[in-house]
Amino acid sequence: MTLSFLIYKVILVLVIFAITLLVATYSTYAERKIAAFLQDRIGPDRAGPFGILQPLADAVKMFMKEEMIPSVSNRMLFIIGPGVCMLTACMTGVVIPWGPSMNIGGTEYPLQITDLNIGILYLFGVISLGVYGIMIGGWASNNKFSLLGAIRASSQMISYEVAMGLSIIALVMTTGTLSLGQIAADQPGAHWNVFIQPLGFLIFIICAFAETNRAPFDLPECETELVGGYHTEYSSMKLGFFLFAEYINMFISSAVISTFYFGGYNMPFIARFVHDPNWLAVLGFVFLFTKISFFIFVFMWVRWTLPRFRYDQLMNLGWKVLIPLSILNLVVTGGWMMRMEIYHFFIK
Amino acid sequence: MQALTNRSKVVAKKEMTFIEKLYLPAIFSGMIITFKHFFRRKPTIKYPEQIRPFSGVYRGQHVLKRDEIGAERCTACGLCAVACPAEAITMTSAERKPGEEGLYREEKYAATYEINMLRCIFCGDCEDACPKEAIFLTDRKVDSLYTRKEFVYGKNILVESKENPISLVKRQTPQVKEFKHHVEFAHNQTYDKQKKVKNSSH
Amino acid sequence: MITTYLFYLLSFLAIMFGSMVVLSKNPVHSVLYLVLTFFTIAGHYVLLNAQFLAAVHVIVYAGAIMVLFLFVIMLLNLNKETEPHKSIWLKASAAVASGSLLVVLVGSLKGASTIQSTNAFNPNIGLIENLGTTLFRDFLLPFEVSSILLLAAMVGAVMLGKKSIK
Repeated sequence: MTLSFLIYKVILVLVIFAITLLVATYSTYAERKIAAFLQDRIGPDRAGPFGILQPLADAVKMFMKEEMIPSVSNRMLFIIGPGVCMLTACMTGVVIPWGPSMNIGGTEYPLQITDLNIGILYLFGVISLGVYGIMIGGWASNNKFSLLGAIRASSQMISYEVAMGLSIIALVMTTGTLSLGQIAADQPGAHWNVFIQPLGFLIFIICAFAETNRAPFDLPECETELVGGYHTEYSSMKLGFFLFAEYINMFISSAVISTFYFGGYNMPFIARFVHDPNWLAVLGFVFLFTKISFFIFVFMWVRWTLPRFRYDQLMNLGWKVLIPLSILNLVVTGGWMMRMEIYHFFIK
Repeated sequence: MQALTNRSKVVAKKEMTFIEKLYLPAIFSGMIITFKHFFRRKPTIKYPEQIRPFSGVYRGQHVLKRDEIGAERCTACGLCAVACPAEAITMTSAERKPGEEGLYREEKYAATYEINMLRCIFCGDCEDACPKEAIFLTDRKVDSLYTRKEFVYGKNILVESKENPISLVKRQTPQVKEFKHHVEFAHNQTYDKQKKVKNSSH
Repeated sequence: MITTYLFYLLSFLAIMFGSMVVLSKNPVHSVLYLVLTFFTIAGHYVLLNAQFLAAVHVIVYAGAIMVLFLFVIMLLNLNKETEPHKSIWLKASAAVASGSLLVVLVGSLKGASTIQSTNAFNPNIGLIENLGTTLFRDFLLPFEVSSILLLAAMVGAVMLGKKSIK
């Protein structure tokens, strides 16, 4: 590991962190704009042209708001909660391959911070830790609504993690690797995994909606029942962290969906026109971001179309529909992979 | 019991078919509907830059007109206060002193004249009731203010200034004036009856 | 070199957080310290080049089991007021019991000569491919038997959770 490589990695980490925050910031703007357009409105258009500076204004507002900590709350945990939420949200971007490797002066520069050989498991571990921020924050508020919201959030996330994991296992069976870089590289052109695993993709995207606590699964913060859910007592930038973490999660899940099922940085027919690896890397980055933007749009589109689940419906969907379906998907995938052996077994 | 209308529908709880139970077709059709709205023309009017055109007969803030030489037309007869359904108008009358002919047209004038803009419903009955063509509703909006007291408009706001008289041509078109001459079209029935009683007593 | 320092740091943190689990008065704090302890142990796994174990450790223990613990403790809402008052005899007997356990542990460790591994350490043993082949080739039967055990536990839980059948 040379020094230049180390410097490159540090720069890459900073750039990806900055991009993550920027995309999350502008997701809030996109959310408001898309919600407005789907409802025949215009949305924010005062700050800058087309309201493009609206996120800045929101951030300034968030920072300027009065900081309030309830006197009966658990002060330390109350502050740690949103921090944990933000930390786990930011940690997931590490294993995502943002593009194929660049080649400058004979040295390979991968556009992935680290290609862990257990990338998927890492992703999964970090996602499963995301519950803690919400739970700590909700409990430390010492408020019944917050506690209920936190409990809803955690039971929902634990339930949907199971189906999500099972749908990923089917994917891992077909790809034969746990590294995200390898999965992305194995889908050149239009050989996207979504064509191999359509049911798995469906289960995964539903679980991704549930894991990010977004509509129609936004029961932890549903206003009509729980005031503000787990962040009822939060104000100022601590509330901002909770909200921001949701948008980062959305961005990362879109990136993961694109990488797992939609070829990541690959695009059909691109290898026919572009041969320079550096240009391929740049274009791959652009393609990945196009896909991510599309999925972020889908997240918002669904949010502003579907009504919220009832809690028992949510649990029924998770345990009685998605888990059996994902097990079925697993069995069918396994059967298809072993089709030759099965064929020989019965024909013989 | 016999149904009063034939609009009632019998609600039946049907067993859902397999396709319906999947919910996915319903979800997709819903999403297509919202997506169509994405490209709809937005009816929003961006207020400070764009102003929605006022109706020709918009009834806004009142004005107490002056006559040709600049004297106040109002004689404090109180007909507007009587006609007002919201009881928003109060006034006190006073006698014109010699030498004030340029200020007030008739011998009696309104020393104070107040309209409570929070009570006013902008119906325009005061305008109809006025026998001296003194009070009119204009196409101006009543300002937003901070206290309730400020909304009681006195003569200082209501009477037009001599230098820049308030134009009424937008509302008081020849057709409107013609219409006002026909008493039978008046929509204020009590006013009508009072007039008829007055006429018969003569 | 750096791994040695990391080892000492992780060990120190693990012991510190472990003792904090016991020492902290608030049960929620105890659970959170236990989660941190699990993280340090996952760090040890990574140092041993067993990333799979580390990830699974975090997913299963920190991500699922401790969340359920936290769940229960939050719902029980254990306060100082509701804590049952223990008699002095109970405390004394607990102190004697744990003290004798400590004596036994120290004595046995002192008696043993340096701990030696029976076979040479293979740095790749924790990698996922090796683990998979070992589990599904050498230890297939125990693996499947344990999965049946888990299935039986799950069925039992479902049976307990169901409404009473007439």
